[in-house]
Amino acid sequence: MNHLLSIEELDRDAIERIVSQAQRFAEVSDREIKKVPALRGRMVLNLFYEASTRTRSSFELAAKRLSADVVNFAASGSSVEKGESLKDTVLTLAAHKPDAIVVRTPWAGAAELVSRWTSAAIVNAGDGKHEHPTQALLDVYTLQRRLGGLDGVSIWIVGDVAHSRVARSNILAFTRMGARVTVAGPPTLIPRGIETLGCEVRYSLADLGQADVVYALRMQRERMSEAWVPSLREYASCFQISARRLSPRQLLMHPGPVNRGVELSGEAVDSPQAVIAEQVEAGVVVRMAVLYELLAGARAFRPVPEPQLA
Amino acid sequence: MAISSLLHGPLASADVLIAGAHALDPGAGLDGGHDVLVRDGQIVQISPPGEIDGEGAELIAGAGKHLFPAFFDPHVHLRSPGQEHKEDLETGTRAAAAGGFGAVIAMPNTDPPLDSAPLLRSVRESAAREARIPVGFLAAITRGLGGEELSEMAELAGAGALGFTDDGRPVASAGVLRKALQYQRLCGGVLTLHEEDPSLSRGGSMHEGEVSAALGLGGIPTISESTMVARDAELAGYEQARVHFQHLSCAASVRAVAAAKALGYRVSCEVTPHHLLLSDADVRSLDTSMKMNPPLSDERDRRALIEGLRDGTIDCVATDHAPHARHEKEVPFEQAPMGTTGLETAFAALYTGLVLPGELALATLVERMTASAALFELPTPSIAVGEPANLTLVDLGAEWVAGESGWESRSANCCFAGRRLSGRVLITIAAGGVAYRERAFSVVAA
Repeated sequence: MNHLLSIEELDRDAIERIVSQAQRFAEVSDREIKKVPALRGRMVLNLFYEASTRTRSSFELAAKRLSADVVNFAASGSSVEKGESLKDTVLTLAAHKPDAIVVRTPWAGAAELVSRWTSAAIVNAGDGKHEHPTQALLDVYTLQRRLGGLDGVSIWIVGDVAHSRVARSNILAFTRMGARVTVAGPPTLIPRGIETLGCEVRYSLADLGQADVVYALRMQRERMSEAWVPSLREYASCFQISARRLSPRQLLMHPGPVNRGVELSGEAVDSPQAVIAEQVEAGVVVRMAVLYELLAGARAFRPVPEPQLA
Repeated sequence: MAISSLLHGPLASADVLIAGAHALDPGAGLDGGHDVLVRDGQIVQISPPGEIDGEGAELIAGAGKHLFPAFFDPHVHLRSPGQEHKEDLETGTRAAAAGGFGAVIAMPNTDPPLDSAPLLRSVRESAAREARIPVGFLAAITRGLGGEELSEMAELAGAGALGFTDDGRPVASAGVLRKALQYQRLCGGVLTLHEEDPSLSRGGSMHEGEVSAALGLGGIPTISESTMVARDAELAGYEQARVHFQHLSCAASVRAVAAAKALGYRVSCEVTPHHLLLSDADVRSLDTSMKMNPPLSDERDRRALIEGLRDGTIDCVATDHAPHARHEKEVPFEQAPMGTTGLETAFAALYTGLVLPGELALATLVERMTASAALFELPTPSIAVGEPANLTLVDLGAEWVAGESGWESRSANCCFAGRRLSGRVLITIAAGGVAYRERAFSVVAA
């Protein structure tokens, strides 16, 4: 694996390999000294064109626990504001010879473009509304820890599917791991054709009881000004995951940051079913596994053979 | 309207004998081996092979090649004035000639837009110096292409506008378009319409469907186009006006045009090679050459467009040649401007994609690539004695990879780049002069 650009290009084996590597790194996180020298001397560059505290710091922490050097580059306050193109920014940063570039942009396919312009390994940390593969991997990891496996598990992804890269990556990752995925939300926020990704579509939560896992998406307030739904109030009354709608045997997930009182009620966030903090924790070890897979690569998974003498 | 509404730079009148080519011109009833003699830029004799002496004329060996009337493109963007880094009158018409076109009609969405007579006069003067083949110009329907106030259409018609369009944008207000249709009674000229309902297309950068859902790109639904075609066909019918629908992209639009034609409304329409040959599946790679407006629709729509072209609901082929500089297209898909170049690949792409697999007869393709002249009340290019020579000689058997040896256009954003195509244009004679000659194609004798 040279890059991690999308879940689309990963098969079940690749997902399982990263998740089990993450499990090995989880042990490191429990130590007093939370650091291994696996990527000492390697440079990881965070290139973020969108505001992001969580994902960026999660990658930063992951890289540092592997002893890599980390450089953060945020588009605001940089030459990007002076009109530099994505290509020129990447070429400039690539001159510092990073080993990996973690890319977040508001544009679909941008991480893939970046991979063509540099020899560094590229990790897509979100490209527009397209994909967010490390989020999906950490969600698989979290569920695997809780449930043992995803085969036959029913997962409902609820909310603004149209504008969610998390939804797209998770539909692909969950189905590849054997889960049955249903997306539910207001019809204006479910894109035409989404069922071809292998999920079922519902426009109400009437059958939410069927779900083993409820995955709520963030409802962005700016969607209101664009009139995708009549009001946040009505959205909440139809699609908010509340303690009333959640059964004790279900797990509740959310990619963060949560809008309490909109997509999730306060009680639901604080309920024992919620595994939101576990997702955040999983983020670091899964990103460690991804960086390790890309930079330490095959050596880690297959022992280097002894040189053979002819 | 006279042919003088088309302008071109200096062209030396050709004296050539095209010997032994298979001449195919459905309009002239020509389909077989002929010698065609051109003297002083005019077709003077058409005879069975070997019968013409051609003393003093350049001999062009046509055996094994096809001779067609030069193609006519009703929809190109030559980008002048204001965007000469993408294309200009010289490079754009050179690209057209290389594609076998004998005349093109340029769109007014330049910078500034062609919405006033002085501006139109100045660009026509440039064309009379720089254009390699005849060029006609459409002027803006509304000032600044703003969609609100009519441009001075009568004065623009007097200054040589062949017709009017806000191409690149719709005339979103039915009330404004209705006034333009009424005003057509005074100023003449065809109104050619880019159909898109902005309230449906806003935020979209590709066809709405399963590919846009998978890529997370904002989708443009086909109803954005088809509802506007239906609306404007009714407006045209009511006002008994003459309208031409640009670049149809979906089955529903074809149905709307067929219904309008059945009612006797004075409507015509065009389709591009890319909408006939590509679909939203080609956008999966997020190659920005595949980003155009209207977007590439799905396979079902593509089939309907082919059927519409075959049965004549769609009158003609137009390239919508839309050059953009490399740095403008070398950006993430959502940021890229809409458009693909098409002049140099149109015939070969359609021959390879539709004629060779048996989807469309070669004669029908030739007819649909010359039919647009008549829609603008211009003479149809024809292989007939007494006509000015508008001819293109093509080697249908020659295979080439699009773009492998560069482009005549200043821009390279071609959706067919890298594809292996059959059919190479060898010579284009436009308005009586040799406008293009393929480099490797040598003259046999002089």
